[in-house]
Amino acid sequence: MKQLLGFIRKEFRHIFRDPRTMIILFGIPIVQLLLFGYVITTEIKDAHIAILDKSNDEVTREITHKLLSSGYFKLDAMLDNDGQIDNIFRKGNIKEVVVFQQDFGKKLERDGKADVQVIADASDPNTAQLLSNYTNAIVQDYLQKKFINYHIPYEIKPQVRMLFNESLKGAFMYVPGTMALILIIISAMMTSITIVREKEMGTMEILLVSPLKSHHIIIGKVTPYLILSVINAITIVVLGNLVFGVPVRGSLILLMFVVILYIMLALSLGILISTIAASQFSAMFVSIMALMLPTMLLSGFIYPIDNMPVVLQVLSNIMPARWFIEAVKAVMLKGVGAGYIWKQLLIMTGMTAVFLVISMKKFKLRLE
Amino acid sequence: MEKENTVIRVRDLVKKFGHFVADDHLSFDVYKGEIFGFLGANGAGKTTAIRMLCGLLEPTSGELTVAGLDGFKQREAIKRRIGYMSQKFSLYEDLTVHENIRLFAGIYGIPTRIRREKTEELLEKLELTSARKKLVRDLPLGWKQKLAFSLAIIHDPSIVFLDEPSGGVDPVTRRRFWDLIYEAAHEGITVFVTTHYMDEAEYCDRVAIMSAGKIVALDTPEALKKEWDATSMDGVFLKLARSNE
Repeated sequence: MKQLLGFIRKEFRHIFRDPRTMIILFGIPIVQLLLFGYVITTEIKDAHIAILDKSNDEVTREITHKLLSSGYFKLDAMLDNDGQIDNIFRKGNIKEVVVFQQDFGKKLERDGKADVQVIADASDPNTAQLLSNYTNAIVQDYLQKKFINYHIPYEIKPQVRMLFNESLKGAFMYVPGTMALILIIISAMMTSITIVREKEMGTMEILLVSPLKSHHIIIGKVTPYLILSVINAITIVVLGNLVFGVPVRGSLILLMFVVILYIMLALSLGILISTIAASQFSAMFVSIMALMLPTMLLSGFIYPIDNMPVVLQVLSNIMPARWFIEAVKAVMLKGVGAGYIWKQLLIMTGMTAVFLVISMKKFKLRLE
Repeated sequence: MEKENTVIRVRDLVKKFGHFVADDHLSFDVYKGEIFGFLGANGAGKTTAIRMLCGLLEPTSGELTVAGLDGFKQREAIKRRIGYMSQKFSLYEDLTVHENIRLFAGIYGIPTRIRREKTEELLEKLELTSARKKLVRDLPLGWKQKLAFSLAIIHDPSIVFLDEPSGGVDPVTRRRFWDLIYEAAHEGITVFVTTHYMDEAEYCDRVAIMSAGKIVALDTPEALKKEWDATSMDGVFLKLARSNE
C-alpha cells in the first residue's frame, strides 16, 4: 500500500510538471464545453428576416409584431415588391422572407382564409425547417387567439409540452454529450499515453523487475487520472449549470456514480490501447481516431440514434458513450433514481470488466 | 569471490519461443561478489537469459536458482532480491534526484528512517547533495548513469543485473562508473553485466560469451586471451566469431 502511494504521488508529479498534460486535462474540457454549448446550437435566436407586406392592414401588422417580439426573428428589411426577394436572399444575410398577400385582413374576415407565404433559405436545410416551423406556429397561435369565438367543427388541437426541457435548450443535450466525449478522450488518451511513455523511456522495464505487481503498476498509473477526471466532470456539471442553466434534477451521488463508472470504463480502454500502441504518438492517434469520431457520431450525442440506418443503430450499442449519455440525461434532466438506469449501469460495468480482463492479459503477455 | 558460495546456478536452461530456441541448454554458476560478464552480439540470447534470471520470463526447461530461489516457482520472490539497471539508465527525467531516490526506495519497501539515512549517504557518495532538487533530465549522462546504478542497489540486493549499462558513455566516464561497480562487488553484491564494449569485458572477473543461443566460452579474461592467443578481449571475440562460422 505504501509502495502504491509513492507510485501514485510520482504520477501526479508527472502530470503537474508537464504543461501540455495540464492543458489537455483542464483547458480543453472547458473550451470544448463552451464551444459545444455556444457554437453548435440548434436553437433559433435573432434570425434575420425580411417582410413583404402587400396588405399592410391591422392583422398583418399584428402578426409582424408577434413575429418580431418572439425573440426568434430580427427584421432586416421591409420589402416593397416581389422582385426584391431574390436579391435579398443572394446577399446572404436574410434567412427568411414572410410575404402577406394583398388584402390579407379583408380576405381573412370575408372568406375565413388568407395566404401568408414563407420563403426560407434552404441552403442550410435544418435552419430553414426550424424557421418555417417557428413562423407557422406563431401565425397559428395568433389566429387562434384572435378568432377565439370562431367555431371550427371537429378541430383537433394538440397541446404540446416539451417535458424535461421546456424551452428546448440545446445545452441540455450538449452538456451530457460533451461530458461523454471529454471524459472518454481524456481518460483513455492520457492513460494510454502515460503507460506507453514508460515503455518508451525504459522505466517500465525497471518497474516490471521491481517487486511491484503488474496490477499495482496499472492502478498507480490510472488513479491520478481517475481523480482528475472526476474533478473535470464536476467542473462540466457546474459550468453547465451556471452558464447554460442545465439542471441536476436527480441525485448528485447517483450522477457521480455514473460518472465514475464511465471514467473507469474509459481508463480500462486506455490501458487496452496502451498494450497495443508502440509509441506515445500512436497511442494518441488510436485514442482520437477510435474514440472521438465514433463517440461524436454514434453515441446519440449529435445525431439521434433512432434515425440511423439499422447497421449503425446496432453499432451504437457498443459505444460506451451511448449508455453514459442515456444514464446522465436520465439523472440530470429527468431526475430518476438508479432503478431506471440499471440497464445502462450494467452494460457499462460489463464493458469495463471485459476491457480490463483483455488488457490485463495483454499487459502480462507483453512481459514475456 | 567465494567459489563455494553460488548465487546463480544455471543448468541446461532452455527458452523457446514457439519453435525458435532463444537459449539453448545454458549451464553456468555465478559466485558471490563476482563480476560476471555476459558477452555476445545482438540476438545471441543475452537479453532472454537476463530476463529469465530476473524472474521476468519463465524458462521452458532446465534448472535455475537465483539467490537460493527457484527460477520457475519463486519468480516474484526473486524480484525482491535482485537489482536491475537497463541500458537506458531509466530514471524519471521529470522528477528530481531526490524524488527518484524516494520513489525507488519506496517501491522496494525500504522503511522511512532507513531511507532518509540512505538518501543522504547516497547523495554524498555521488557528490549530488547540491543537485538533489535538480530534475534528472538536467544532469550530465555520467551522473545519470551513476544514479541509476545506485538506485538499482538501493535495497541491498544479492545480485545486480546490468543490461549494457554504458551505452553512449565515453571511456573515461565508463571507467569511473566501474569504480562504483567494484565497490558494490567488494561489499558482496554480485554483479551480472551484459556488454558489447570489450574494455568493459576486461574489467570482469569472468566472462561468458554467447553465440546463437549457446555459451561458446566461459573463463577469466586472462585465460580466454591465453587460450585464443589474443592480446585483448576484442581479439578473443573476433577469433571466436570466426571459428563459429
